[in-house]
Amino acid sequence: MTVPATEFPTRWKRPPLFIKNSTTRRLVYGGLLVYVIAAISTVDVNWQRAYEGLDRGWLFVLGFLTPDFLTRSRDILIGLQESLTMTVCATVVGILISVPIGIGAARNLAPPPVYIVCRAIIAASRAFQEIIVAILFVAMFGFGPFAGFLTLSFATIGFISKLLAEDIEEIDEGQAEAVKATGASWLQLVNYAVQPQVMPRLIGLSLYRFDINFRESAVIGIVGAGGIGATLNTSIDRYEYDSAGAVLILIIVIVMLAEYLSGVIRKKIQ
Amino acid sequence: MPVIATSTPGVPTWRKRTSRAELLHWLGWLALVALFVFCWQVMTKDTIWAFVSDAPRQGGDILARSWPPRWSYVGELLLPLWDTVNMATLGTLAGIIVAVPIAFLAAANTTPSTMIVRPIALFVIVASRSINSLIWALLLVSILGPGLLAGIIAIALRSIGFVGKLLYEAIEEIDVAQVEAVSATGASRMQVIDYAIVPQVLPSFLGISVFRWDINIRESAILGLVGAGGLGLKLQASLNVLAWPQVTMIFIVILGTVFLSEWVSAKVRHAII
Repeated sequence: MTVPATEFPTRWKRPPLFIKNSTTRRLVYGGLLVYVIAAISTVDVNWQRAYEGLDRGWLFVLGFLTPDFLTRSRDILIGLQESLTMTVCATVVGILISVPIGIGAARNLAPPPVYIVCRAIIAASRAFQEIIVAILFVAMFGFGPFAGFLTLSFATIGFISKLLAEDIEEIDEGQAEAVKATGASWLQLVNYAVQPQVMPRLIGLSLYRFDINFRESAVIGIVGAGGIGATLNTSIDRYEYDSAGAVLILIIVIVMLAEYLSGVIRKKIQ
Repeated sequence: MPVIATSTPGVPTWRKRTSRAELLHWLGWLALVALFVFCWQVMTKDTIWAFVSDAPRQGGDILARSWPPRWSYVGELLLPLWDTVNMATLGTLAGIIVAVPIAFLAAANTTPSTMIVRPIALFVIVASRSINSLIWALLLVSILGPGLLAGIIAIALRSIGFVGKLLYEAIEEIDVAQVEAVSATGASRMQVIDYAIVPQVLPSFLGISVFRWDINIRESAILGLVGAGGLGLKLQASLNVLAWPQVTMIFIVILGTVFLSEWVSAKVRHAII
């Protein structure tokens, strides 16, 4: 095609970032817009109630800025103690159960029937939210941290087993073959060829899960499974926002600490 | 660290670690076991073991009462389901709108000041991530009153930290050459962001958003437990009157929605990344 030099475009327009075809693009964007408008129209806001609530919102902000650790110090301490012990126990027990299940769910180590059973366990553990599991366990085991411990252990299994199984499936097969060539048994294969390769990752995952378990332990107390969540729930129900602020600050500080420490440990190990 | 130790004279034995490393290793495990035993004792000191030993029977009882699910209840669940999906979508949208500028302020290569603005943005991200949406909902319901709005804001507040963290990490990992090329044309700061950074992070941004939307569907299904609307309200109502067949039905609907949203988000992520 011959184009006179003067007809070269002097202005450049960026091509669309997604969906090159302009009709489809407009249809997709238009459809999304219609949905968002429909969704917003379903939100029925009681402005009167919200306006009255603003005072309470302000009280909460004030409570957060001037937290009251003392009035409810006993409840807060018990809640924290329950949350922390629950988290430690659930993480340890959860990982102890996860390791065999994770090995069983790795295609390169387990025979097909075991693989299917382990994958089913993982799917069952991941399907439901911690809070729903907690409701069931509280109904079965009664109120208190024991139900919370079971909930967190159950949730840990799905998380750790799944990621561990994926790690095992991605190991360097060369090392496994080398160990097999020495005439090693299946257990020796796991111990000498697989374990050293996945151990750093497993420790990293465990620390990460510890972090998650603590966060969740702050929530399942709302349905009666013990922990700091119960304390928080009570103080909000009684409109004691300064105590609630204190609890929230403690949660944030502990989560930040756990995240920082696990980062340091992970760096040392890897 | 493999070392050769001679335990019997003249016969070299292979060992995995040096004695010092072995000792440290052993002490580490001992400390972990001790911590676990201590925590276990503190945790179970108030446990009523009669309830625990009774649990299998209780569980069987609940199971027997919850089956079969009450299928006729589905009709009543359609509107709460629609509310749940809307709560997740609008919450994700609102969260993204706040998270994007925060991510640009938090990323080391786009922040206007590493001394003041960056730590503040990072703190916002961490604070939002440490608090579960259920806790946000609990607070907001007490402030704004029960309803969808509290749920949407709760979802949004929790999404800020998630989207913000992943997005700022993506921004920090971009290819610097493109930024330099665009700056070399004399582009302003905003133009550099618009033409050199945004196109690079857009696919991961969309991936993160869809991923968060998927998580938010799960979370919004239970926010009703504290009064924020959606399926959780029905769950709470059914649990209060111990209508276990209805509870089973709600679980089935939640599961179906979660699987569907997971499938949608996997499809979308596959299409853009």
